[in-house]
Amino acid sequence: MELLLDILTVLGILLLLIVLRSLRRDHIRVEHSVSWLAAAVALIALSRSGPVLVRLSGYLDLKEPAITLLFLILIVFLGVFYRFSRAISELKDMNITLTQRVAILEYKLQRQNEEQQAKH
Amino acid sequence: MIDSRTLLIIPAFNEEGAIARVVTEVRQTYPELQILVTDDCSEDATVDQALIAGARVLQLPCHLGLGGCVQAGYKLAFEEGYDTVIRIDGDGQHDPKDIGRLLEKLRATGCEMVIGVRAKESGGLQTHPIRKIGIHFFRMLLRPILGRPVTDPTSGFVAVNAKALSVFSSSFPLEYPEIETLVVLQRRKFRFEEVPCRMRKRMAGRSSITAMKSVYYVIHVLLGVFINILRFDGRARKGQG
Repeated sequence: MELLLDILTVLGILLLLIVLRSLRRDHIRVEHSVSWLAAAVALIALSRSGPVLVRLSGYLDLKEPAITLLFLILIVFLGVFYRFSRAISELKDMNITLTQRVAILEYKLQRQNEEQQAKH
Repeated sequence: MIDSRTLLIIPAFNEEGAIARVVTEVRQTYPELQILVTDDCSEDATVDQALIAGARVLQLPCHLGLGGCVQAGYKLAFEEGYDTVIRIDGDGQHDPKDIGRLLEKLRATGCEMVIGVRAKESGGLQTHPIRKIGIHFFRMLLRPILGRPVTDPTSGFVAVNAKALSVFSSSFPLEYPEIETLVVLQRRKFRFEEVPCRMRKRMAGRSSITAMKSVYYVIHVLLGVFINILRFDGRARKGQG
């Protein structure tokens, strides 16, 4: 199980680097990176803090600290995914409204131009 | 019967093979009727064909799907002050000669929406077997919700009055709107009527709802209906409290 904790540490570091790289290249907006950065830091910290993880395992009645960490990762990532699903849904709604608005405004503008041309 | 405050909207997505004939047929049958083709960002010559045939075109810059496309038409109609809107499909399945019968029913009954349903003499429901099962399933599901039977809840041939237009311009189901629309109407205690109509084969192209999509359609619409009922129950409980 020590190996699993080491793998989770490496995964945490990788996640942190990927998010930072994406931020640097403007692939992720800062406000959307906070959840991932927090998750990556928590993953690294917990996978390296044996006594904390052992105590948490006791609270959760789980025998292996690595399983406890995987369980916590699952909860955190479900939360992050849910948050992003909500953000995507809101963005989709806004995109639909915006698309309809643009189409209607273009239509009205075109009609106005046609009417003006007809007058001249 | 058809005045300047009546608008026909034809939602279209990649219908270059049929749209011109549909618009021309409507213009020949009802020359005074204003026609608006709402184009859902087609990749073919739908817009050009509609314009050549004499329709006005509301062109969406992104593909939104049927619900978003129809709602764009409703929004424009609402903003422009129309008090009656008829919607027909852009594939030529609906016979424009029936438009008058829908409008007559809308005005005679004072209901908010009239649905053109496939008349038995025109062959009943001629559609893919899986979709047919879906339609029967939704007929059974909707009966207790609506408190009355509905013949074809998936029909896209509808006429609405100003009250329904006001609601639809602000709240309209986005992906497969027909069935959910009935539940939205029910939530507002609006009435709908049905008129038997002739239905024809598509003039060109293929239906976007394939056998696989029919399964997704059933699940999606079922969820939409369920959510609409939850919203209605929530509001009803708030009203009681």
